[in-house]
Amino acid sequence: MFLSEAMNQTGTFFHLVPWAVLFPVLGLLINMAFGRRMGEKGVAAVAVTASGLSFVVAVLMWLSLRAQPAGATVPFLSWMTPVHIAWAFRVDTLSVTMMLVVSGVGTLIHLYAVGYMHYDVRYKGDPGRYARFFVFLNLFIAAMMILVTGDSYLMLFVGWEGVGLCSYLLISFWFEYDTKGNLSLANAKAGNKAFIANRIGDFGFLLGMFYMFSVFGTLNFGKVFSEAPTVAQTHPQAILVITLLLLLGVTGKSAQIPLYVWLPDAMAGPTPVSALIHAATMVTAGVYLIARSHVLYDLVPAAQHTVALVGALTALFAATIAVAQNDIKKVLAYSTISQLGFMVAAVGVGAYVAAMFHLIAHAFFKALLFLAAGSVIIALERAHHPLPEEGGHDAHHNDDPPDFDPQDMRFMGGLRKVIPITFWTYLIAGLTLAGIPPLAAFFSKDEIIADTKAAFPLVYWLLVLAAFLTAFYIGRQIFLVFFGKPRSHAAAHAKESPWTMTSVLVVLAALSALGGLLNWPHPYLAEWLGHTLGEVEAAGLNPLVAGTSATIAIVSFLLAWWVYGKRPLQSASQPDPLQRPLGWLFTAMQAKWWVDELYWAVVINPYIALCRIAAAFDVWVIDAIVNDTAWLTDFVGEKIARWQTGFVRNYALSVFVGVLLIFTYLLWR
Amino acid sequence: MVLTNYLLALSAVLFIIGVAGVLVRRNALVIYMAIELMLNAANLAFVAFAAEFGALDGQIAVFFVMTVAAAEVAVGLAILVTIFRTRKSVDIDTLHRLKG
Amino acid sequence: MDFLMNPLNLMTFFPLVGVAIILLIPRERKDAIRWVAVVTSLVSFFISLWMLSMFHAQNPNFQMVYDKIWMKTGGFEIHYAMGVDGLSILLVLLTTLLTPISIFSAWTAIEDRVKEFTIAFLVMEVGMLGVFLALDLFTFFVFWEFSLVPMYFIIGIWGGPRRTYSAIKFMLYTMVGSVLMLLAILWLGLSQGTFYLPDLLAKGVNLPLHLQSWLFLAFALAFAIKVPMWPLHSWLPDAHVEAPTAGSVILAGVLLKMGTYGFLRFNLSLFPQASVKYAVPIAVLAIIGIIYGAMVAYAQKDFKKLVAYTSVSHLGFVMLGLFALNPLGIEGGILQMINHGLSTGALFLIVGVIYERTHTRDLNAFGGLWKIMPIYGAFSIVVALSSMGLPGLNGFIGEFTILLGAFKSPVLGPVFTIFAATGIILAAVYILVMLQKVFMGPVKEKNLGLKDLNWREITVFAVLTLFIFWIGLHPAPFFNLMGPSVEKLAHGLQAAAVAMH
Repeated sequence: MFLSEAMNQTGTFFHLVPWAVLFPVLGLLINMAFGRRMGEKGVAAVAVTASGLSFVVAVLMWLSLRAQPAGATVPFLSWMTPVHIAWAFRVDTLSVTMMLVVSGVGTLIHLYAVGYMHYDVRYKGDPGRYARFFVFLNLFIAAMMILVTGDSYLMLFVGWEGVGLCSYLLISFWFEYDTKGNLSLANAKAGNKAFIANRIGDFGFLLGMFYMFSVFGTLNFGKVFSEAPTVAQTHPQAILVITLLLLLGVTGKSAQIPLYVWLPDAMAGPTPVSALIHAATMVTAGVYLIARSHVLYDLVPAAQHTVALVGALTALFAATIAVAQNDIKKVLAYSTISQLGFMVAAVGVGAYVAAMFHLIAHAFFKALLFLAAGSVIIALERAHHPLPEEGGHDAHHNDDPPDFDPQDMRFMGGLRKVIPITFWTYLIAGLTLAGIPPLAAFFSKDEIIADTKAAFPLVYWLLVLAAFLTAFYIGRQIFLVFFGKPRSHAAAHAKESPWTMTSVLVVLAALSALGGLLNWPHPYLAEWLGHTLGEVEAAGLNPLVAGTSATIAIVSFLLAWWVYGKRPLQSASQPDPLQRPLGWLFTAMQAKWWVDELYWAVVINPYIALCRIAAAFDVWVIDAIVNDTAWLTDFVGEKIARWQTGFVRNYALSVFVGVLLIFTYLLWR
Repeated sequence: MVLTNYLLALSAVLFIIGVAGVLVRRNALVIYMAIELMLNAANLAFVAFAAEFGALDGQIAVFFVMTVAAAEVAVGLAILVTIFRTRKSVDIDTLHRLKG
Repeated sequence: MDFLMNPLNLMTFFPLVGVAIILLIPRERKDAIRWVAVVTSLVSFFISLWMLSMFHAQNPNFQMVYDKIWMKTGGFEIHYAMGVDGLSILLVLLTTLLTPISIFSAWTAIEDRVKEFTIAFLVMEVGMLGVFLALDLFTFFVFWEFSLVPMYFIIGIWGGPRRTYSAIKFMLYTMVGSVLMLLAILWLGLSQGTFYLPDLLAKGVNLPLHLQSWLFLAFALAFAIKVPMWPLHSWLPDAHVEAPTAGSVILAGVLLKMGTYGFLRFNLSLFPQASVKYAVPIAVLAIIGIIYGAMVAYAQKDFKKLVAYTSVSHLGFVMLGLFALNPLGIEGGILQMINHGLSTGALFLIVGVIYERTHTRDLNAFGGLWKIMPIYGAFSIVVALSSMGLPGLNGFIGEFTILLGAFKSPVLGPVFTIFAATGIILAAVYILVMLQKVFMGPVKEKNLGLKDLNWREITVFAVLTLFIFWIGLHPAPFFNLMGPSVEKLAHGLQAAAVAMH
């Protein structure tokens, strides 16, 4: 009844699409204004409802699109009138797919955060910040919705920077601490790093938009894409430059080489943030951007090759680092970078459906991995220093070392017995990531690898190698965390998380396991996205590639078991079993190949020095010239003032002499 | 014609006396009188030329000069009186504080 | 009576009514004085809204013109002439908005000589409005110099420890430029036979290009000092650091705009060919300003000095937009003037809030303030983000339009945009580091007892934030106001560019 009234005359809900943004905005406004007075339950209810309603809008769009697959453009409000760009929403299969993922996973993570943040704000000693967290989370949903539904590059850019802002705000959410909970600037600095790295990417995005506008005269998707073939004839270089500039934006947002460095540090944010923003949704925006711009990329193979190569190199590079990390979230962070590399490589070879497929699967299993990791961390945290309401007076009677870190896998072990739900969901997500059939990522990753094999062999080999490492590092993590015996007091006494958290884990586990059905055996997703992407790839399973990758995954996982599962670590201080056989290579991987240090030495420190020099130059040269001019005037005035003796008759005499001189001049002339 | 020449000569003599007075005397009051003398020398020249050429401009200029002179004397004397009250002297060589 | 029926005159001179009333109030009754000042400037603001309601946005010419002959001398008629068009209307509204806000913000900050302080502000409003509305070169110059004096006293009397030095520096530096401008005005008026701007515009300045160039440069020097453009900016940090908060707000918010407005109204309008000729050097200086200002701002330890240097950077964007010489760039430039007035004005208020509470501006003395002053933190972050050009807030709209204008400019081009756009990365660097030092990190012990904003401060920030969002989300009304006038100006500039080649 209500639904039929909400339909417009064409029988669709397309005109409701602005509500996907407006609901979260309303939610955040309410929580901002009344959050402190409503209490945790009220805040949570508002935030979850807002996000949930956004999901409902997305579902309505999906229903409408089934009737009218061509979609619609919904104008909302005039905006940048000088360049004739309005706030307008684009509903098509691509944007609605993203909407469903963002608001769906987003709502689940909202739910999870209701429980998680209850503990987190108490451990950090500032319960008042509960409402602020949900304000930011709702803001993120709104910004992400703008990003995926915008009808122009400019509107996409608004969402693009908006999610960057949320990412910044949430990374530095506990701005007075570091990741271990000591008073520090570390989290704030991690936020800055993320924002600035993203800004460097956005610099490329902006220039790309400027160039695009000067060539196409518009930034509107429809117009740009329809004119692209013509422009490709008249300005062959233009599209190449535009696509490469957009790629710079992608490397920032989707954490690709060379701008990926911010994502590992972004793990400073609370775990739901890592799951939602830095794994499932925001970081995939770059993939979405390229998929959205597929018309442009298809026109310039050189740009496509660059994209594919960047993606594949990132996939492998990040995977090597993930192998050697000890922080449970850092492993997942590098894993995310690596998986994003897979997606970027896929869009680079034109396999847009495969990329979107992997994007969706990744949203499920990586969100789950992070949330489960969050559950592990909270479990350890609760055992390490229980809250007063849970018998916290025992807090100081545990025998954990002073450098105990609830995120360090060396202090874990044997957790499968104490937190079984977390363990099983983690295992499912981990096996999905590894690409073990028949879980979702097996199909999606397989499609990517199959597509690259034909298109770009170098990328294919890089990805295969990365896939091998993927199964290994996730295997390593699972065995280190859940198997063996507990390596700390906290690990031995960990408690399972509350149902608000674990129920989300179970839902996501189901989605991870069954997500493959989206595009296999019947290619629903390919058909669905074909309405927008204009092509339907052969989605059939290539038995040879599928067999190879499944074998690689299983062998690699078994290898991880052989190294870490067969003879588990005995204590937290024992060196990593890989340290001896790999030697300096392991050290380099553990040190993240010293890329951060390189950037500091080559870019950041010189910039800081240059700023100091400029500041000194300002005082000692520019301002000094001004002051010296004033001083010179003063000095000359001082000297000339001596003529002013104070004796009136001197003045009279000089007047007289002056008169005489003038007369002499007049007479002699 | 001849009269004008005499008048101009007188004017020049008066002016020189005035200049000498300003340069030589130390009493501020006397210097004032010397200044007046110069002004009136100029006035004399003005009227002389006015009579010579039958033009009114010179006569008008004289009125301006007289007005200015009156104003100057009014202000100047007031200043002098004040100075005399405070310093018991109008010797201008003792008034040399205003210098660079 | 005729004089006062014109909204422009009424708006400009209404603050003097407040001055008269304040003169009658005994100086002990400080709150009464403050209320009179606020209400008077608010009335001026409402008169400016009345003016806005009578303004025809489609008309590119001067409107509500009031033109009377002021004096006749030597065969010249000097007019008292006021009028408003699309180039000036937003700046007028900005002035009438920021004046009550800054008086309001100084409620508790200024306790000493309140009477003189409020009078100085009201008198300054007269001068500032006159500058933006004057249609006669002579009238303009009178208002231009007039607006200088109250600011000199505001810095010199209510300023910090080095107030005398800063006030004199501000005054003398500005005067150096004004002298040359006066010469140029005289030359222009004498050679063209009139000082009345609409006449000059209608006929076009009829001088050989080399003479036009000299006049252009003379005007440009005066305005460049006021903007301030690199390397003539060094009076600005001193003036800002010493000025009281309300003075800084007006200085950054309005007085600097007099420089950019001057470029727009006189240099671009009167000397289109010289503008084309000097567009590249000026754009280069603007870009140096953008990058240099951002870098020096990063290295500052004094909160207020940091904000002062950001002005150098932001006004570089404005200048770049104006000298793109196309509608996009100029519209962006004008909007960015407004944006800078709102954002930087608000940033100075933010500095003022914390200075009033802690009596220090050392960036290292703060930390974690968001935790103890959440409302203050929230407003500050919005303002800071607006200043660094986050899309959805006002700064982005201006910067995007300017950069796009420069990219497509007939005289500049992509290279200028590339260099200028690095400014948005550098802006992120200094803004984020500022936020980190002040609002994030552990709280210092001595700051634990700080009080959050009171209702008066919240009102001020709420108004500014409202505009920050309005321009960011729906700038169309603002662009519509200036559009036709800018089109007209750009048309003349394009014709000149064609003639030059």
